[in-house]
Amino acid sequence: MSPSVPLQEMIRAIRSARTQCEERGVIQRECAAIRAQFRQADNGGRSHNLAKLLYVHMLGYPAHFGQMECVRMIASPRYSEKRVGYLGAMMLLDEKQDASLLITNSIKNDLSNSNQYIQSLALCTLACMGSAEMCRDLAPEIDRLLRASNSYIKKKAALCAVHIVRKVHDLGELFTKAARSLLTEKNHGVVHGAVVLITELCERNSETLERFRKTVPDLVQIMKGLVISGYSPDHDVAGISDPFLQVRILRLLRILGRNNEAASDAMNDLLAQVATNTDSTKTVGNAVLYETVLTVLDIKSESGLRVLAVNILGRFLLNNDRNIRYIAMTSLQKIVGTDHNAVQRHRGTIVDCLKDQDASVKRRALELSLALVSASNIRSMMKELLSFLSSCPPELRSQTASGIFNAAERYAPSQRWHIDTILHVLTTAGGDVRDETVPNLIQLITNTSELHCYTVHKLYRALLSDISQQPLVQVACWCIGEYGDLLLTGECQETEPVQVTEDYVLDVLETVLQSHMSSPSTRGFALTATMKLSTRITENVDRIRSIVSIYGSCIDVELQQRAVEYNALFKKYDHMSILDIFPELFLDKVYSVKLSFAYNNNVQSAGLSPPLCGVSQVCDLLDLLGGSEQPLQPSPALGSAAPPIPVSAPNTVGGDLLDLLGGLEPTPITPGLTFTYTHNELQKQETGRLTVTLTASNSTESDIRGFTLQAAVPKSVQLHMKAPSGDSLPARGTAKVTQMLVFTFGSQNI
Amino acid sequence: MNNVATLESAHDPAVSESTGILRLQGLITGLQGFIWAAYKMMRFLLLFSRQGKLRLQKWFTPLTDREKKKVIRDMMMLVLARPPRSCNFLQWRDLKIVYKRYASLYFCAGLEDKDNELLALEVLHRYVELLDKYFGNVCELDIIFNFEKAYFILDEFLMGGEILETSKLAVGVSMEEADTLQETMEEYMSKPAY
Repeated sequence: MSPSVPLQEMIRAIRSARTQCEERGVIQRECAAIRAQFRQADNGGRSHNLAKLLYVHMLGYPAHFGQMECVRMIASPRYSEKRVGYLGAMMLLDEKQDASLLITNSIKNDLSNSNQYIQSLALCTLACMGSAEMCRDLAPEIDRLLRASNSYIKKKAALCAVHIVRKVHDLGELFTKAARSLLTEKNHGVVHGAVVLITELCERNSETLERFRKTVPDLVQIMKGLVISGYSPDHDVAGISDPFLQVRILRLLRILGRNNEAASDAMNDLLAQVATNTDSTKTVGNAVLYETVLTVLDIKSESGLRVLAVNILGRFLLNNDRNIRYIAMTSLQKIVGTDHNAVQRHRGTIVDCLKDQDASVKRRALELSLALVSASNIRSMMKELLSFLSSCPPELRSQTASGIFNAAERYAPSQRWHIDTILHVLTTAGGDVRDETVPNLIQLITNTSELHCYTVHKLYRALLSDISQQPLVQVACWCIGEYGDLLLTGECQETEPVQVTEDYVLDVLETVLQSHMSSPSTRGFALTATMKLSTRITENVDRIRSIVSIYGSCIDVELQQRAVEYNALFKKYDHMSILDIFPELFLDKVYSVKLSFAYNNNVQSAGLSPPLCGVSQVCDLLDLLGGSEQPLQPSPALGSAAPPIPVSAPNTVGGDLLDLLGGLEPTPITPGLTFTYTHNELQKQETGRLTVTLTASNSTESDIRGFTLQAAVPKSVQLHMKAPSGDSLPARGTAKVTQMLVFTFGSQNI
Repeated sequence: MNNVATLESAHDPAVSESTGILRLQGLITGLQGFIWAAYKMMRFLLLFSRQGKLRLQKWFTPLTDREKKKVIRDMMMLVLARPPRSCNFLQWRDLKIVYKRYASLYFCAGLEDKDNELLALEVLHRYVELLDKYFGNVCELDIIFNFEKAYFILDEFLMGGEILETSKLAVGVSMEEADTLQETMEEYMSKPAY
């Protein structure tokens, strides 16, 4: 019954509809006809009707009324109907539909059919949409087929077994023996299926993995056969014999050789042979080489082989084909941690890829470049990265900006360079930087007292040219407010001084205040800066007074409040020491961790006072790294130069939390619960990592069950919580619960 | 845990640092509602035209209709926006997307993170070769009017997201033999319905 004429007529009718509306009309009529036909007795057109319905379904229209018809068709003895019925089952039924269970019996019967094509239909459908129950029911059948049938069925049964193992992990045991024996078959399809099945079994279960390690010699043998053998027209692709099978075997070898010396040794020669002999002019050869490289880098290979693998990746980087460059960079990204020097050798090529036209290649090049920045190449890399920033696609901007900031913080060769770099980023991509950039930069500028003059001049010039980039404007306003007197003196060593009068400076600040491009917080900065200048300039104090009083009636509440308060300052004090220059902040890093604990009083314990209906308590138990009176068990490293690190700039999270819960009455902590912390010294050179061990003990008279720790961290810190040792605290401190938390500061993934 | 809810709902936007709250039970990923099964070679295979019409969809993981529609829309948007001669690989959520354009049709496959993209390109190419051999100089119209045959060929080549048969010849032979089993009208009516 092919080709299906009614189906093709319907498709023609749908395609000739000129508008969406017409098409919908045609489809509605057809669906109505199909529904009527489904209800009728058999008239020779059932498979056509279902095929029509499947076409309509592919266009996106609902077709659920065809599900029962699929079930009926699958049970039909006619092959055409079975074929379309199974296709319909795969398209319309999935394991979430109830109707899918109805076909289990049909599948079971068809699996024992004498015709292999009917068997294959059943196998295919089971592998496509078999639910866990169906898999459990039919697993013994599949096992039987794996052992005793022809190779056509064996290969299908193998992949069906793979699906079953994925759905129901325990059934893996059932197929282990059969999988082993299938490896010895001649048929490539069967061997491929066997390799996939073994891979799946090994990934799920480490015992099975141990058992299958013995197959490494056999696999090596098969691979050798493929690589050395002559031309085989059946499986040849551009001169490579069965690349699909080769890649699968390489992947299985990777899993078997991982962390195992003996297995890795056994495959060393083979991998070297494949790496050197495979023709890399076509994509298919490169696919095999790629898989070989991944395998070599993942197992315990000898160093010569590793060098060979990295060199292959280097060659890929120089390839004209974008795809090859892309995957080379992806793989190099994976090994940049372990084989850093080897990857550094290719830094030039990688940085060139930043200029590629293609967005995918650019993204990969960016990530890899950021990973390759080190103290020795910081200047040249930064030049490249900054030029990339000015021309990069918008979706990569914020990633680039954060990457540049991180790199600058870690490897800045000088303060001035650091400030310049940050300013450059703010002028090019000011809109895409993180919120913490502004306070960080302010802190940096404050601490570099020798460059105050230089900085304020640069910022003043930047402000004159452009006031749209908010972070830049905020920092500039702050700087002018603090160091405006340096601007007015008219001399500067590091850069050409500006000749300005006080009026000019105030003009600039007023422009920022009045511009509609300025955000409310930027306005706040500008107003405060104007106010600060009143102590630093001599002549135009009245102008400042008038500006400030105008804003006393501003609609923005924040600005109004500020203006009113500043007005009050003017009235009350002649000399406002509150507006003096900030002293140097003794900060090494701005990161601080405030562990605030909130715990639910609804603990399951006998003897504690009855729970206070949903009240939770916030207690700021420890201001970590800031000195506290809680019992701190000092680790030996603490005694030496750990600097006192106060809280970062405008951060009053702890206080606000208590305010926000103001409606609830904080009741005192249940006495007797103590928390102690130990932590190692903050390592500075690389990404700072801090490990904190929390020990909780309970000295009350009753047990506490269900104790869990939850922690919140700001975005600039990453937290990794390891599993606690338990969740119950027995009475009188007989046992403790310990948990490790690892904080990572300044990591790349912000 | 109502204390966590209190913290979240009381989040004050004026606080300059926003806090991320990690639960002990594990990270909440952003893929709410999408349940991907683990460890397959291919998660899905889509064929669509330059105008955004779907010609074939094969899903190797169970997804709801809504999720499928979302994936199709996203794929079309991503792939159709790519300029010619760009890289054939994309990153989308946690999947690698491999696509190739053959005449007026885009072949688009979604792969796992640890899969070999170059081999996936070969898989797509092999599928096109199989279609070409079966239909004789295949074009988009062949796939439109004989879509069920395209599915049957795919089912002889891939199964459960993995490659089933690596020999072109073998796939061709199976298709021929299966086609001969399709009954003529007389045979069709002579066999009982149930």
